[in-house]
Amino acid sequence: MNLKLAAGSDPATTDGRDTVLTVTGLGKRYRGGRDNTWALRDCSFTLPAGSVTALVGMNGAGKTTLLSILAGLLTPTAGHLTLPSTGQGGADGARIAFVAQEKPLYRYFSVADMLQVGARLNRVWDQERALRWLRRFDIPLDRACGRLSGGQQAQVNFAIALGSRPSVLLLDEPVSTLDPLARSEVTAELLTEAADTGMTVLLSTHVVGELVGVADHLLLLAKGRLLAAGEIDTLLENHLHYVGPRADVPPGPGQVVWASHTDNQSVFLVRLPETGPVPPVDAPWTTRPVTLEEFVLAQLKKVRTAGEGEA
Amino acid sequence: MVELRVDRASGLPAYRQLMQQVREALRLGWLRPGDRLPTVREVVATSGVNANTVLKAYRELELAGLVEARQGSGTFVKASPGAGPRQAMTELREQLEKWVSGAHAAGLDNEDIQALLSAVLADNNRGSSQ
Repeated sequence: MNLKLAAGSDPATTDGRDTVLTVTGLGKRYRGGRDNTWALRDCSFTLPAGSVTALVGMNGAGKTTLLSILAGLLTPTAGHLTLPSTGQGGADGARIAFVAQEKPLYRYFSVADMLQVGARLNRVWDQERALRWLRRFDIPLDRACGRLSGGQQAQVNFAIALGSRPSVLLLDEPVSTLDPLARSEVTAELLTEAADTGMTVLLSTHVVGELVGVADHLLLLAKGRLLAAGEIDTLLENHLHYVGPRADVPPGPGQVVWASHTDNQSVFLVRLPETGPVPPVDAPWTTRPVTLEEFVLAQLKKVRTAGEGEA
Repeated sequence: MVELRVDRASGLPAYRQLMQQVREALRLGWLRPGDRLPTVREVVATSGVNANTVLKAYRELELAGLVEARQGSGTFVKASPGAGPRQAMTELREQLEKWVSGAHAAGLDNEDIQALLSAVLADNNRGSSQ
């Protein structure tokens, strides 16, 4: 049985897969900033090879700082990151590509010229892969980048990032400038590229509702700290809603993450204890599973409330 | 061939949605033993779902004995859930149709019926798990 399963599954994406990136105690403090505060503090996590991880958090939570450190554009104040390869950036090593929010294109360069720049700046370059992406989204190669729409400029950046054949692709709010159709098409194409090449993807986003089935792992940041990290299905299975009449405590086991009350109803979102199945609750209480969006919102609201308490 | 998709508004995890659609296709006869499921890549490209999610769904279906992965050629339907008691299915469906007409006659709309069904199923699950 096990043998057959192993034979049937894709080697790049089996369980217990390798780790492509390990981050330990990562922190960043901007000098001269307001109060000298930490933009990122004590962040430790791993990215499994071939995973698609969503980086979620409020504005100013430290998402872009984290991505910039992983991309090698910022030096961390504390901690370090480990790539499994020896020759980082070399042809055999882990290659990290970063698509930032502000798209770095030369206004007067044509799209074809930008690909030339990509080819010169990267030790490994797959021109056909970059061109395939541009053809897929009908981007004119001879047009000056400054005359492209925001969405088209984003596509040129995706093409250059993919052309560098990254083993880890970092995307800072990749679809925020795209129309609804392009959003879903770009998402599907990026996931297809990831499936074809075993590439690991880390993307930041605010649109949690669009992540269902797109990301398999979550990094949730608030105020520079990691609130939750792990496989999304596991995180959600470890949480539950109790819905019932107005009460001060939940009717079953679990640590309350968030509770909301009306005059005659209470809803508790709890983190379940590690051991054993959940005992059924007595009527009139009912249970209901937690969606990714509910999980994220509850965690963020909890942090905000705690912050108000401190102030 | 069935087209698998993910409803982002559904509360159900994506891999479970995929499993549910395959099981439903089996029950309704859209998929029969020997049929090939879409490849992981096909599902990723058409539905915008992550490959790991599709693999997880296929692995769970395989563990449930419904499909089997054949190296190099894809994932194939092995058995149908509820394919045995086909006679019972027909009878139950007829009873349900009568019951639904009765419910409509009594003034219930579809939403009422769904709420009632969910409540009864929940009670039933609770009874059987105790």
